Amino acid sequence: MTKLYLRLVMILTTIFMAIPALAWADDTTEAVVENTISAGDTAFVLISAALVMLMTLPGLALFYGGLSRKKNVLSTIMYSFFAMIVISIQWALYGYSLSFGPDVHHIIGSLDWIGLKNVGLDANPDYSATIPHQAFMVFQMMFAVITPALISGAFAERMRFPAFLAFLILWATFIYDPVAHWVWGVNGWLRNLGALDFAGGTVVHIISGVSGLVACIVLGKRKGHGSVPMIPHNLPFTVIGAALLWFGWFGFNAGSALGANGLAASAFVVTHLATAAAALSWVISEWIHHGKPTTLGAASGAVAGLVAITPASGFVEPMSAIIIGLVAGMLCYLAVGVVKAKLRYDDSLDAFGVHGIGGTWGALATGLFATKAVNPLGNDGLFYGNPEQLGIQLIATASSWAVAIIGTYVILKVVDVFVKLRATDEEQESGMDISQHGEDAYTDFVLSASMNMPGFSEVKERSTVVKPVM
Amino acid sequence: MTKIECILRPGKLEDVKEAVNKYGIHGMTVTQVIGCGLQKGRTEVYRGAEYSINLLPKIKLEMVIPDEDVAEVLKIITEVARTGEIGDGKIFTYKIDDAIRIRTGEKGDDAI
Repeated sequence: MTKLYLRLVMILTTIFMAIPALAWADDTTEAVVENTISAGDTAFVLISAALVMLMTLPGLALFYGGLSRKKNVLSTIMYSFFAMIVISIQWALYGYSLSFGPDVHHIIGSLDWIGLKNVGLDANPDYSATIPHQAFMVFQMMFAVITPALISGAFAERMRFPAFLAFLILWATFIYDPVAHWVWGVNGWLRNLGALDFAGGTVVHIISGVSGLVACIVLGKRKGHGSVPMIPHNLPFTVIGAALLWFGWFGFNAGSALGANGLAASAFVVTHLATAAAALSWVISEWIHHGKPTTLGAASGAVAGLVAITPASGFVEPMSAIIIGLVAGMLCYLAVGVVKAKLRYDDSLDAFGVHGIGGTWGALATGLFATKAVNPLGNDGLFYGNPEQLGIQLIATASSWAVAIIGTYVILKVVDVFVKLRATDEEQESGMDISQHGEDAYTDFVLSASMNMPGFSEVKERSTVVKPVM
Repeated sequence: MTKIECILRPGKLEDVKEAVNKYGIHGMTVTQVIGCGLQKGRTEVYRGAEYSINLLPKIKLEMVIPDEDVAEVLKIITEVARTGEIGDGKIFTYKIDDAIRIRTGEKGDDAI
C-alpha cells in the first residue's frame, strides 16, 4: 500500500516537474497596468473568482458530503478538496495554456503560456480588454477546478483515492482543457462555429455529467447497491452546500460577463430566476409523484436550475429563464427519480442526472431562447427567428457528449492498469474514510485506543520541570 | 429483586420517568434502540427513491426494583406509556440474583 502511494507521488511529481523549458512569467514582476484596465471590472472578476472558489469549497464538498453515508463523508469531501489543490497547480503549469493559449488547429491551445509565461498584469484583449490577464486566468482556474469535482458525485463511495488523483490530472489535461479551448479559446472550432456557452453548459456541466455516467458504469455499482439503504447522512450539510452553490453561481454566471456592466446584471437576474423556478418545479414534480415536498428536492432542483441556465445566462431574458428553470427541474427530477431506477446504473449522488441532463437541456435551450437584445455579441435562437443556432447548439452538445464518453472511458481503463480504480468490498464496507484516509468523521463511539506518540514515554519519565534561566 | 425492561415510544420517556420517580423509583438506565414489532414502518423518499424504514426508533428503559414494588410500577408504566395505538411497546420482567453497589459493597435491595 505504502509503495503504491509512493509510486503515485512520484508519478504526480514527474507530471508536474518534467515540463520542458519551464519559463516563469517575467512580466508579472513589473506591475505594468495599461489604461484599458478598469478597476471596477477587475474588482468584480476577482470577487467572482472567489465566489466560484466558494462553490467547490465548501459548497460542493458539503452538498456531496451530506448526500453520502456517514462512513464516506470525508472521502467525498476530499474529492472536491483535491480537485481544488491539484487542478490549481495543473492550471498554472500548463492547463491554462492548453485551454486559452494560442490556437493549434482549432483543437487545443499551444504551450506558449506554460507556467503562466506571457500571462501578466496587462489585459489580453482577445479575452477581456479591461481586466489583467491574470485575473481572467484565475477566474477560469476556478471553473477548471469545479468541473472534475462535479464528476466525483458519480463514483463517490467507491473510487480509491490514488486512482482519483490519477484520473483527476488526466481528465483535466485530455478532456477539460481541449473542450474549454473548443468552446472559449480564440479560434476554437466550436467558438468559430458560433456555439453559445456563456458560462460552461458544455464545458463544465455536460462533460462532467456525462463523464460521471461513464465513470459510474465503468466502476460498477457500490457494494450493496439495491439491497442496503444508501440514504443521505446529513441533509442540512447538503442544503448549506446547495445554498453556497447558489450564492457562488452569481460569480460563475454574472462574472462570465468579465465586467461590472449591464450584461453581468442580466446574467445575475436570469441565474436567480431560473434557479428558483427549477427548485419549484422539482418539488412540485415529486409532490405529485410521491406525495411530499422534500428539502432534498428543493436543494437538488435549485442546482438543476443553476446548471441549466449556465450556458444561456448571458443571452436570455428573465421570462425565458423562468421557462428554462421550470423545464430543468422537471427533467432532472425525471432523470434521477424515474429513469435512473429503470436503467439501474449507480450514479451515487446524481452527477449525471443533474449536470449531464441539466447541462444538455441548458445548451439546447440557449439555441431556443437566445436573443441579441440581451447580448449583441451573441446570437438569436429559434424563438427569435434563427433556427440555425439550435443546430449549432446540437453539434456542440453532441461533440461534448462524444469526447466525454470516449475520453473518460479510455482514461479510466488506462488508470486501472496502473492504479486499481475500485475499492474492494471490504474497503467499501468499512467505509472510504477509514480505508482511504485513516480517519473517521464522527468519532463518538471510539471508547478505547492505544496511543503511539513519539516522545510520549520520555515525557512520562520526566519528573521535574526545570525553569529556564532568564 | 426484579428487573423491568420497557420498550417505549420516545415521546413517553419523560412521562414514565416522572411517574416512577413520584412512586419512589429513581434508578434507571435509558438506551436509544431501534426495533420492529406489530407497528408498520414508515416510508422515506430521497430524489424519487422510496425506502421503507421498518426498524423504528424506541427507548429502552431498564430498572431493578424490589419485588414488592413490581406490580405497582408495572401498572404505572402501562397506564402512562399507553396511547392505544400500535407501537406503544412492551414490558419484560426478569428475576435478578443479586445487585452490588460498587462504592460501598452493599448487596441486594440495599444496593438499588
